[in-house]
Amino acid sequence: MSTLIVVEHRDGALTASTTHVVAAARALGTEVDLLVAGEGIDAVAAAAARLDGVRAVLTADHAVYAHQLAEPMAALIVACVDDYSHLLAAASSSGKDILPRVAALKGVPQISDIIAIEAPDTFKRPIYAGSAIATLSNHAPLKVMSVRTSAFDAVAETGSAEIRALGIVVDNTLSTFVGDELATSHGPELGSARVIVSGGRGLGSGENFKLLDGVAAKLGAAIGASRAAVDAGYAANDLQVGQTGKVVAPDLYIAVGISGAIQHLAGMKDSKVIVAINQDEEAPIFGVADYGLVGDLFEVIPALESRL
Amino acid sequence: MKVLVGVKRVIDYNVKVRVRPDHSDVDLTNTKMAMNPFCEIAVEEALRLKERGVASEIVAVSIGPKAAQEQLRTALALGADRAIHIESEERLDSLEVAQVLARLVAEEQPGLVILGKQAIDSDNNQTGQMLAALTGMGQGTFASRLEVTDEEVQVTREVDGGLRTLALRLPAVITTDLRLNEPRHARLPDIMKAKKKPIDSRGIDTVGLAASGYLRLERVETPAARQGGSKVASVDELVDKLKHEAKVL
Ligand SMILES: Cc1cc2nc3c(=O)[nH]c(=O)nc-3n(C[C@H](O)[C@H](O)[C@H](O)COP(=O)(O)OP(=O)(O)OC[C@H]3O[C@@H](n4cnc5c(N)ncnc54)[C@H](O)[C@@H]3O)c2cc1C
Ligand SMILES: Nc1ncnc2c1ncn2[C@@H]1O[C@H](COP(=O)(O)O)[C@@H](O)[C@H]1O
Repeated sequence: MSTLIVVEHRDGALTASTTHVVAAARALGTEVDLLVAGEGIDAVAAAAARLDGVRAVLTADHAVYAHQLAEPMAALIVACVDDYSHLLAAASSSGKDILPRVAALKGVPQISDIIAIEAPDTFKRPIYAGSAIATLSNHAPLKVMSVRTSAFDAVAETGSAEIRALGIVVDNTLSTFVGDELATSHGPELGSARVIVSGGRGLGSGENFKLLDGVAAKLGAAIGASRAAVDAGYAANDLQVGQTGKVVAPDLYIAVGISGAIQHLAGMKDSKVIVAINQDEEAPIFGVADYGLVGDLFEVIPALESRL
Repeated sequence: MKVLVGVKRVIDYNVKVRVRPDHSDVDLTNTKMAMNPFCEIAVEEALRLKERGVASEIVAVSIGPKAAQEQLRTALALGADRAIHIESEERLDSLEVAQVLARLVAEEQPGLVILGKQAIDSDNNQTGQMLAALTGMGQGTFASRLEVTDEEVQVTREVDGGLRTLALRLPAVITTDLRLNEPRHARLPDIMKAKKKPIDSRGIDTVGLAASGYLRLERVETPAARQGGSKVASVDELVDKLKHEAKVL
């Protein structure tokens, strides 16, 4: 048995998500190869080759893969996945886009968002916004699965796998890249941050939302948000934490002015330590918080910033 | 241009599910059901395309139990022109749903297919991508803005890090994200009128789906509850506890 992992990279660097997916693949007990596709990917391939437990890094370096669009990526993966029993990618926006397309082209189902591996063919995943955990067995010849990266620890980077160019070029007449509007983030990335400070509707405005920046800077934290805060335009789309946003599990999650709807909890309730700051002592967020502070965030946040 | 929209009947998002005592599945008896919220966004987007004169006909499709016709009626009340119901009491995985949808795409030849990005019961986030693969179409997943012209659709997608815009050749598959639009509510007179609109209901056996049996649901459990609920009285106490008790600062 062997596993192929679709490597994610951005701005010429490996994203942290891949290190967690490799950990999941190693838990399968199979050989692990990585696929790096893009244009000008030498540095990414070299970084991928350092991940512990990797047998080989396969590369496809061509303009058609430049933005890792789903259509050419899926065609490429279909062309090189035949020898594998498992195909994994992070359950990130890129993995979610590409992987089901490959599964369907191969005529096999996909299991999304696995959080535990019971056996090479048996997996756990949350359903209904994390209200239930399903155990599924997968009997397909190719087991396609996206991995919830927060559920697996990152592997170390002391390896030196072989790098092999595939030389596969596909064509793509279906989609073309037009442009990116990427948020300029200061501070760590939400998915891999050790501390996250998240704001909700309670912040009241985009201007007020910036109150969180001071605390975040002192803690070296990433900023997150509830759906209500994103919908209201206080925070960027990709900061949404929850069932239909990002799923995070940092050491410390500080929820500020967030009520704690189940859809939000789905994205953060596996954090190691949860702090909730809310003026409504009945807010459901307190039910999952290790440390709840009932109070007006506009008093609490400046006080907290000054004491850190 | 004809637009096909996917409508899935799911548990209402406000309702908390329970796991069956025998762990065979969740218990949905007497549970309030509704149209999947991302499908509401899909229907709304189709309506706006029609209002702008881009779409000429909206066909709503649901695969599911007889009761899924309730959600199709809602789509019709909102302004869909007709509906197709493929009746199946069995639960299908996303690949099977995509296979059925691919049959309907072959039959209806839509210029655009709009599905939700994710069903809030399975949380799969797969069907649109799979349908695009099976029909050889391009895909614009997690859409927050669409601009349709004669030959292509420009779609702005919500991705990690921000927004990405793609151009897709038509026909194409779109999956909706939360910020694409704010769905309207059906008005009472339209709900009455929708009762006269046609729903073409057929059994799943008529579409020639060969179930693979590749996936088996072994067990469903309630996750371990988190021990929360402790309060601190002040910011000083909070900082002290985070430093000395939780040791995260
Ligand atoms: C299909 C679907 C998908 C969804 N996906 C997500 C998701 O991924 N992530 C997500 O977060 N939500 C999601 N939601 C939305 C979710 O149901 C809630 O509506 C949302 O999480 C509420 O955000 P909030 O807690 O910021 O706002 P509210 O529920 O309005 O809570 C605001 C809180 O701020 C407190 N507050 C107000 N002023 C102050 C003050 N001065 N000081 C202290 N506290 C104050 C209030 O007491 C209140 O508890 C989804 C919903 C649907 C239907
Ligand atoms: N049984 C179904 N009937 C109609 N549309 C469906 C069905 N299942 C999934 N879909 C569509 O696919 C989207 C994504 O579902 P999923 O991939 O299962 O998370 C939904 O929002 C629907 O638009």
